[in-house]
Amino acid sequence: MEHEEILHRCFRCGYCKLPGNYVDINCPAYLAFRFETYSPGGRMWLLRAWLDEKISASERFAEIMFSCATCGNCVEHCAFPEFRDRLLLAFTAGKEALLDAGQVPAPVRDYLTKIQLHGNPYGKSVKKSGQWLDGLDVALFSDQEHLFFIDDVGTYDPRGQEIARSVVTLLQKAGISFGIITDAMNSDGNDVKAMGETALFEDLAEKNIKVLNKLNVKKIITLSPHSLNALKNDYPALGGQYQVFHYTQVLAFAMAGLTFSDKEPEAKIAYHDPCYLGRHNTDYESARMILRSVPGVTLVEMDRNRNNALCCGGGGGNFFTDILSGGDETSARVRVREAVDAGAEILAVACPMCAVMLEDAVKAENLDDRIQVLEVSEIVRQRF
Amino acid sequence: MTTDLINRLAKIVGPGFVSGEAEERYLYSMDPGTMPAAAPDAVVMPANTEEVQQVILLANELKVPIVPMGAGLVLSGLTRALRGGIIVDMKRMNHIIEVNPQSRYAVVEGGASQGMLKSYLKKHHPQLKHSMPDAPPIATMAGNVCIHGSGHLSVLGGSHSDMLTGMEVVLPSGEIIRTGSCSVSGEWFARSPLPDLSGLFVGWAGTTGIVTRLGIKLFPSYKHNDVLIFVAEDADLMPEIISRLTSTQVAEDMTPWMSPKPAWAKGFLHINIAYGAHTKKELIFKRNLLQASVREYIDQKIAGFLPLPPPQKGRFLEIPSPDLARFADLRKGGGFEYVGALMAIEHFPQAYRAGLAIAEKFNVSYSLGSRIIGAGHCMMFFFAYAFNRADAEDVKRASDALEATNEAALKIGGIPWKAEEPAQKQIIDKMDPNTFALMDRIRSVLDPNQIMNPGNWEK
Amino acid sequence: MKSIKFNPDLCVNCETIDCLMKCQYVTFSDIAEAREEKLKINDGKDSRVLHECLTCYSCQEYCPYDNNPFFLLVERQEEKGVLPAPKPIVEEQLRMMAPKGRITKQAVSGPVVDMCAFPMLTGCVRGKLFEGASTIVGTDIFCNIMWLHFAKNSTIRERVPQMIDNIMSFYLKDSDTNELVCFHDECYGTYTSVADAYGIEVPFKPIHQFDYYNQRLDILKDHIKPINAKIVYQRPCSNRLCPQTDQVLDEIFEKIGAERVPRKYDRENALCCGGVPRAHQRDELADELVEKNINDMLSVGATYCVFNCPFCMATLGQEVAEQGLMPILVSDLVQIALGE
Ligand SMILES: Cc1cc2nc3c(=O)[nH]c(=O)nc-3n(C[C@H](O)[C@H](O)[C@H](O)COP(=O)(O)OP(=O)(O)OC[C@H]3O[C@@H](n4cnc5c(N)ncnc54)[C@H](O)[C@@H]3O)c2cc1C
Ligand code: SF4
Ligand code: SF4
Ligand code: SF4
Ligand code: SF4
Repeated sequence: MEHEEILHRCFRCGYCKLPGNYVDINCPAYLAFRFETYSPGGRMWLLRAWLDEKISASERFAEIMFSCATCGNCVEHCAFPEFRDRLLLAFTAGKEALLDAGQVPAPVRDYLTKIQLHGNPYGKSVKKSGQWLDGLDVALFSDQEHLFFIDDVGTYDPRGQEIARSVVTLLQKAGISFGIITDAMNSDGNDVKAMGETALFEDLAEKNIKVLNKLNVKKIITLSPHSLNALKNDYPALGGQYQVFHYTQVLAFAMAGLTFSDKEPEAKIAYHDPCYLGRHNTDYESARMILRSVPGVTLVEMDRNRNNALCCGGGGGNFFTDILSGGDETSARVRVREAVDAGAEILAVACPMCAVMLEDAVKAENLDDRIQVLEVSEIVRQRF
Repeated sequence: MTTDLINRLAKIVGPGFVSGEAEERYLYSMDPGTMPAAAPDAVVMPANTEEVQQVILLANELKVPIVPMGAGLVLSGLTRALRGGIIVDMKRMNHIIEVNPQSRYAVVEGGASQGMLKSYLKKHHPQLKHSMPDAPPIATMAGNVCIHGSGHLSVLGGSHSDMLTGMEVVLPSGEIIRTGSCSVSGEWFARSPLPDLSGLFVGWAGTTGIVTRLGIKLFPSYKHNDVLIFVAEDADLMPEIISRLTSTQVAEDMTPWMSPKPAWAKGFLHINIAYGAHTKKELIFKRNLLQASVREYIDQKIAGFLPLPPPQKGRFLEIPSPDLARFADLRKGGGFEYVGALMAIEHFPQAYRAGLAIAEKFNVSYSLGSRIIGAGHCMMFFFAYAFNRADAEDVKRASDALEATNEAALKIGGIPWKAEEPAQKQIIDKMDPNTFALMDRIRSVLDPNQIMNPGNWEK
Repeated sequence: MKSIKFNPDLCVNCETIDCLMKCQYVTFSDIAEAREEKLKINDGKDSRVLHECLTCYSCQEYCPYDNNPFFLLVERQEEKGVLPAPKPIVEEQLRMMAPKGRITKQAVSGPVVDMCAFPMLTGCVRGKLFEGASTIVGTDIFCNIMWLHFAKNSTIRERVPQMIDNIMSFYLKDSDTNELVCFHDECYGTYTSVADAYGIEVPFKPIHQFDYYNQRLDILKDHIKPINAKIVYQRPCSNRLCPQTDQVLDEIFEKIGAERVPRKYDRENALCCGGVPRAHQRDELADELVEKNINDMLSVGATYCVFNCPFCMATLGQEVAEQGLMPILVSDLVQIALGE
């Protein structure tokens, strides 16, 4: 397996379990399960043990490996410089090896099969991937400056679709030139890659790249930070070279052109950094810039913010596989409690997956009357 | 039997928090040090004192060993299940129950981590801090106090067990008891004036009960913090230098270190001296006191303070210092272990030379150092050896070096701290037989079924 | 070994003994006493100056005859075993700053900017000001002038030629330039003043950072947005070796609209930042210097405290910032004016 040579270097010191300020457990998998085995160090040692045939590729081992939300907290906070940059790569390689060994948790298998068959995990036809528009008037991509790229959740999940519409409306209002593709795009493949299904990822990416290159796309705005990550960091090696932005990165610089109504509701808002915008792509500011320039908004910070943010638990495919759900200590539930503790009335998110995960958590925690989860674009639009 | 055990444990803590699976049994069978694996039959994670009690009662009923575990970072293998049984991973019990800012103590649960308490105090009581060890921040308060740990306020407040103000413990027989003032008044301010029963649980390597709550002293947190690094060349001067520096009663923490890496440091003896103050003026006053105490050596030009511009000090002011954990990456092999021996300060030169000799003899990557405990009352002298986990020979080398070091430390008059199981035997060999007999008697009273962490502190 | 270039007769006939009379750290009751001490130094006898000297380099500038009084003083300190700092302190620093032999050939083209031993400063070389620049850095090209503070002329003699050789053979020889822009004016001092006095040959042409900026500003004058701010300047010891560059700095400040507010401890009267006396274990004196310097800066009212030397900035920067002045390197100030 790739990166095999670094597995034994993990000291199991556990810096990776915590954020940089040590507030509380910050690895979503370890937080949910609490056994050392589910911590980043546990994964490293178990992988080594498996390769050394000290443990077998059991169902539990697969669950342990696939429960990683690829949030990057361990990469950020592991005590060993350089070594830490390869942690997630090793976990992904481990998952790949498990797939090769045929030991895959059932929901993971379902997810991958659906994508393999349909190009998306919802089992819908790619041809109908424009249904989210719901009557909205958006030009198809021809020669606009940007392509607006929508991930699976934005395309097929009802809540995701709402968010996609919201962002589109806002981009239009801000005068940004973009078009969309409604009948050809597959999943961005980000989470497929995180699950170690490299071949499937490459297949998805190559298909997407073919479409994008044919349309001569140069600049892409993504709805989801997951798409941003794949398109920006992984597509170039496969022949897809674009300038890729998350929509908040474009909007942050277009805010001056928006006018707001006089009677904006006052609100205390905490911003939840999505892992794939924050830790994976080190942008902690764009969304905050936007929120700060919205009248009536007071930004409050949760104890864990920016590179210390606690993941919503949806990364690494867990949004679809649900391996991390159940129990009181899922990171989404802990996260919404943290937002309430910070005094926020609104929990702002910038990722459709975070939106769904955290909204569910608000319900599970019975916090509906204390806090509302809203996507950044929705907060902006509320105040026109 | 194991399925029965797991099922019954599941009834106590819920099915999600018990495991007898191969993965957990493998991972919990060892710690990051050199001790060989010893697997438990089950790992259980209780959420509260009552669950701990239930687990212990069950263990008594089934006559199954119980091993308490915090973060398992002790490195000397003390959280391995030497005779199998149940490892009780305490980290779900991580609440901070109370902070008394006036009488400066905190009460935390038995699995609360050092890092969490630090962060909690910083947010809610910025005027207070506790003494952190340099262990990784997930290390637990209880695990550290139980082994007589030491840390960043140890010159000021002694070892971490000296900072203990009371405990709630589930005894091996299942009773829940309290020690210290909380047993009488409900407040956790001191161990005195009662018979000091806390001593029944510290230093025992988890053989006398499971600590579910503990009170620890807090100290003023300063706005201004500084570190000085004193450098000398002659080990024989160290005891006197330490004595003079501590005589100022200014330092919070003093940690001598002698390491061949980085290369510039090889052969020199350094002492990091951390201190703080409420105002800058006071800080400078304290610095001057420290400097004046060793002025004689400076004037002779044989020792002095390393010039460190403010931006370079940050690294030395980090608490805990990740540099220690990073030592494990020295051989790109994820391992180190150390003998920390408590000893009188006058043995510094002997310990230093013994460390160098052993490192040379066993050809191990080493780092030597110590932490001064109290105002120069004693020290924990450490001999740390890095090893490559993937290279069995290298692990063996480190392990042999550790054994030789334990031997040497005892010979010097020191006592290995948080001693590995074999080193416990080495200590017992040198111990006053009546002392050991009393230890045995106490254990048989507390633990009639001999379920608490058997294999430790045994002849 | 070549001896320091110096002419004892000049001192014998000197009317002012400026080198010592102007010294801010060693005081004399009258010129006669200063002369007596100076002659003792020249004759290789012990003098209290050898023990009390702060190693501020200033006498190099004070001497009207360029008679290298400071370099000679350091020579005498070493000969007589006068240690300005404890042995282990000097020894550890000698090792820290020793050439590590980690240098490898690297293609460079002009302007080549010498960042001395400080990789963290390479980020300063950016934007229009340094367009097309290559940087070189590391202990293998460390200028080694710091040993003047530690009575170690021998180290300078041993290491500087090695460094020069490294700079040539690893970088400049195969490049399109024979010029080396010195980002740190200690390097410039080494390759001009020190090299000259110690008889060390320098096969390339050192360019002072100020001369470089000044020229660039002429080229980039359309890009300059005057910063219109008052600044105070912290002149470092090493600038005593190239006092002519202080006027160049004035030109730079003028071009970028920075007003160098006159203060007591500027120009010839500049006061040490306090870094070196700490290494000499004279912290209380260092505190005093810091306090004097900062009070002086505050008394004149300015927005920026501009540093030439990164070490001065490391020593004073935090304190300066706490007092409400913004610490900044000359190059960064120029960058601001260029809208970067
Ligand atoms: C890099 C590094 C640096 C370190 N630096 C320091 C340092 O500066 N100072 C220092 O003191 N130590 C240091 N240590 C040693 C050790 O990690 C710490 O003392 C740590 O606090 C131990 O806590 P733990 O939770 O890991 O304890 P564990 O290793 O889990 O347990 C330690 C012992 O206590 C028992 N125990 C644990 N919890 C309980 C409980 N609730 N009730 C009863 N018994 C219990 C265990 O059975 C075991 O015998 C360091 C270790 C490392 C790896
Ligand atoms: S991944 Fe890094 S921080 Fe985590 S246990 Fe391993 S070495 Fe320590
Ligand atoms: S990436 Fe996140 S979920 Fe995965 S092991 Fe690291 S910290 Fe845990
Ligand atoms: S060094 Fe210069 S100033 Fe000093 S005495 Fe000699 S000639 Fe005069
Ligand atoms: S170097 Fe400075 S302190 Fe020393 S004699 Fe010259 S002027 Fe005086």
